[in-house]
Amino acid sequence: MTVVEKILARASGLPSVRAGDVVEPRVDLAMSHENAALVINQFQEVFEGTGLDAKVWDPSKIAIIFDHRVPAESPKTATNQKKIREFVAAHGITKFHDVRGDVGGICHQILPEFGYVRPGSVVVGTDSHTTSHGALGAFSFGVGATEMASAWALGIAVNVEAPATIRVEVKGAFPPMVGPKDLILYLIGQLTAQGANFKVLEFHGETIRNMSTSGRLAICNMSVEAGATSGIVPGDEETIRYLREEAGVVGGIDCVGPDADAQYVRTVEVDVSALVPQIACPHAVDNVKPIDQVLGTRVHQIVIGSCTNGRLDDLADAAALLRGKKVAQGTRMLVFPASSRIFGQALDKGYIHDLMKAGAVVMNSGCGPCLGVHEGALGDGETALSTTNRNFKGRMGNPTGFVYLCSPVVAAASALTGVITDPRKA
Amino acid sequence: MAKVILKLENDISTDDIYPGRFMATVLPTETPQFAFFDRTDFNAKLRAGAFAPHSIIVGGENFGCGSSREQACSTLKGHRVAVVARSIARIFLQNSINLGLPVVICPGLEAGEGDELEITANQVLNRTTGRAFDQVQLPAARKGIMDAGGLIPYTQARLMARGS
Repeated sequence: MTVVEKILARASGLPSVRAGDVVEPRVDLAMSHENAALVINQFQEVFEGTGLDAKVWDPSKIAIIFDHRVPAESPKTATNQKKIREFVAAHGITKFHDVRGDVGGICHQILPEFGYVRPGSVVVGTDSHTTSHGALGAFSFGVGATEMASAWALGIAVNVEAPATIRVEVKGAFPPMVGPKDLILYLIGQLTAQGANFKVLEFHGETIRNMSTSGRLAICNMSVEAGATSGIVPGDEETIRYLREEAGVVGGIDCVGPDADAQYVRTVEVDVSALVPQIACPHAVDNVKPIDQVLGTRVHQIVIGSCTNGRLDDLADAAALLRGKKVAQGTRMLVFPASSRIFGQALDKGYIHDLMKAGAVVMNSGCGPCLGVHEGALGDGETALSTTNRNFKGRMGNPTGFVYLCSPVVAAASALTGVITDPRKA
Repeated sequence: MAKVILKLENDISTDDIYPGRFMATVLPTETPQFAFFDRTDFNAKLRAGAFAPHSIIVGGENFGCGSSREQACSTLKGHRVAVVARSIARIFLQNSINLGLPVVICPGLEAGEGDELEITANQVLNRTTGRAFDQVQLPAARKGIMDAGGLIPYTQARLMARGS
């Protein structure tokens, strides 16, 4: 069995599962953000007329994190958040992260950071980037609000067709100024935006084994941009280190690997030792080009942050390039750390100071400009270069804008010049 | 028979169907106003009720990719349109089945705006061009949900069965 087949077998109480089997795994963690407002509405509809008490199956297994529009940008959002708070209190949901500067942040950073995700677990989330948590060896996938309401009521994911798996073998050491973001962009370019639709990307190889959990989160996060149900890195020593040292997890951690005779629909091999910085060009994430094809493109807004690349190492890389220098005139730079904890660590290490002295605006942790609902919108015809995960038309709040996606070092090097710049030559 | 009212390219995202800036609006009764909002003319026609019920939006490959936002399905369902696409992204497909938005997967489909389509059990017939295209059946795993009329009644039935 593949890793996901094994996880599904265990969670469904079956001796084995094969791709294509229909199973109903128990849910170990059910995550929502502000769209819990819709989940609550659908959840209440489920119980309407049944005569049953509208109770969630297990309040300790539900996580709700406010991140999409924090602090609220409108009375409507604030009222949604208020309703969710009331529901959280009424149902005794403990894994709740409100708008806070100590324990707040983006859901895809909060879940790993607080040790809510373990290898071998089944995670569902009402967010397509729930694929992120495969970085910790979990089977973690995005669902809609009604499907989440069903999970809240039943404690299982109903009628799940076990996905087939693509094995991704990655070898080689990254050259300087090239890293996990370049790897996943390159891979999405190769696979295309639907190349992994209904499939899992299972990552292997020395490059993955040597990669930090931060990097693994970035590649699993963006697996959905190739259409994948989930990305997954089988749990290993690094997973255990991260959970023990950074998430404070005590007790058993059970890493699940694939069987030697696991069946894959396809194996993709990548050697990163000659990889160059990659850029996803407007308006599709699979429109990926090596950086030399877009060098010199004028950029009005640089964005570093998000659930993809707003972690401490990302901020450290950006600060190292910007320290003692200035963001180019005519270009604005926005930085939003992935969590309040990371924000605090970046403060302690001086990265925030470096970035602000260079001219960057450092914003509170949240989804910020990434999805164009809150702050950091583009002006008509403007161009952004961003470490986020999507560049669809209109994504940064303006359908006439252009969004290019890149790694933190490309974004930082380009902030200094105001045009897309190769960090290897900066 | 129903008319194609919009023909779209590949990789239409849920940001296109329902822009992120309207995501604070969640209720299915309120989402229809924002359908394809940045396609200004089409949005205006939808809101004016210019199209007959069951009219068809034709998509290319990977229709509904991107965000899991369910508003992208409820907004279309509110206008009583159907989606016929060459392929459909996983979460959008599942949301459509869960909410009862009619969707058809038809890999070879060729149809333009104004064409009249007839959807049979296994095919899509383009009555304007006279060509027929085979459907790919929706996932069998989800048949129970479709038969129940959506995931809410399906979950209700499962809960009631458990309770008794």
